[in-house]
Amino acid sequence: MGQFIYLKNVTTLMLDEKKCVGCGICLTVCPHGIFYLNERHARISNRDACMECGACAKNCPVEAISVKTGVGCAIAFINSFLGRSDSSCCCVIEPVGKESTCC
Amino acid sequence: MSFTVDPGLYALGSPDRHSPVFVTANYKMSFDRLRNDLKNRDSWLLVLNTQGINVWCAAGKGSFGTDELSERIHTSGLSRIISHKDLILPQLSAPGVSAHVVHKNTGFNVRFGPVRSSDLPAFIDSGYKATPEMRLKNFPIMDRAALIPMELIIAMKWMLIIFPFVFMLSGLFGSGPFLSAAIRHGFFAAVMLTGGMTAGTIIAPLLLPWLPGRAFAMKGFSAAVIVLLPLLGLFSATSYPFPAFAEAFSLFLISSGVAMFLAMNFTGSSTFTSSSGVRKEMKWAVPIQIGCGIIGFGMWVWTLYAA
Repeated sequence: MGQFIYLKNVTTLMLDEKKCVGCGICLTVCPHGIFYLNERHARISNRDACMECGACAKNCPVEAISVKTGVGCAIAFINSFLGRSDSSCCCVIEPVGKESTCC
Repeated sequence: MSFTVDPGLYALGSPDRHSPVFVTANYKMSFDRLRNDLKNRDSWLLVLNTQGINVWCAAGKGSFGTDELSERIHTSGLSRIISHKDLILPQLSAPGVSAHVVHKNTGFNVRFGPVRSSDLPAFIDSGYKATPEMRLKNFPIMDRAALIPMELIIAMKWMLIIFPFVFMLSGLFGSGPFLSAAIRHGFFAAVMLTGGMTAGTIIAPLLLPWLPGRAFAMKGFSAAVIVLLPLLGLFSATSYPFPAFAEAFSLFLISSGVAMFLAMNFTGSSTFTSSSGVRKEMKWAVPIQIGCGIIGFGMWVWTLYAA
């Protein structure tokens, strides 16, 4: 089965190819494989698969990547709208024997 | 029952100064899974204090982060116990941990391992190299199915609160004696609402890749059509006194609104929705859900009253 793609043309991910030194760490950390290396520079191949987790930006040693991170979670938005900032997400419960489930 | 593990350094098997160090969260399930997947491999486990939250969520919140890792390296006395400077972290901790900053802070090298700890043996055996598949967070049907009970329990709690009102209103406004009206109209409404809940919490997660629409609310609506239309057909096919078209339509509106809302909430459990995307979806989906609820409810009460 192919990769899941959520809404198109919404991600805030930006890559400054002039700053990029081609270390490839973004290729390593991205959980959706959206980067590739092209002649010693990182490029974005699959922009719409970005979930704005921020792993790439956090690990880019030259700050060539920027992204507005946040949890893609409707409940979190509803809670913050209702002023319940503490319970910003549903992260605590996880079904037995399964991978991370939320955020 | 405790879901946390004390943070600190743990020995798995009988590790020595050259054994690898794996870093994890102090959520018991994360720790146990790692321990299990590294069976028979002598290694060190460095457990961070993530307040009992799993790796990915904790990384997103920042508690599985650069500062906590740097500090835990110091407080655990790791550099006195091992002779190398390499740490293996779960790839999904990368949103919280800045590898180059940890290196600058502590001199330790952060190496991101695979997404799933079950791939660790293969990762280790291939000389600490991950295949492209090991780097991808997917969302297979079994993972989606495992989330259903949690979604269902939350939704059912609300249903149990709503159902008494549904039967009460049916009895009050429906034609005939209170009890027979309550049962006749209330049962139909309860079945339709349960159908909407089923669509949003079971059908939408299971059929996620195949349901039309990109927005989860749209997928919820598709799931509602799949569940509710056969239900309506079933009611008309049996000897059950089929409700007026307007009553059926009003309940379809409410129930599909419920399904859209519940499916939209599944964005929080999914592994690929972005914050910007959810914000965009909610801008149109929430007003529609509220509209379905208010218009549907008004229409339903009116059809009971008018009948």
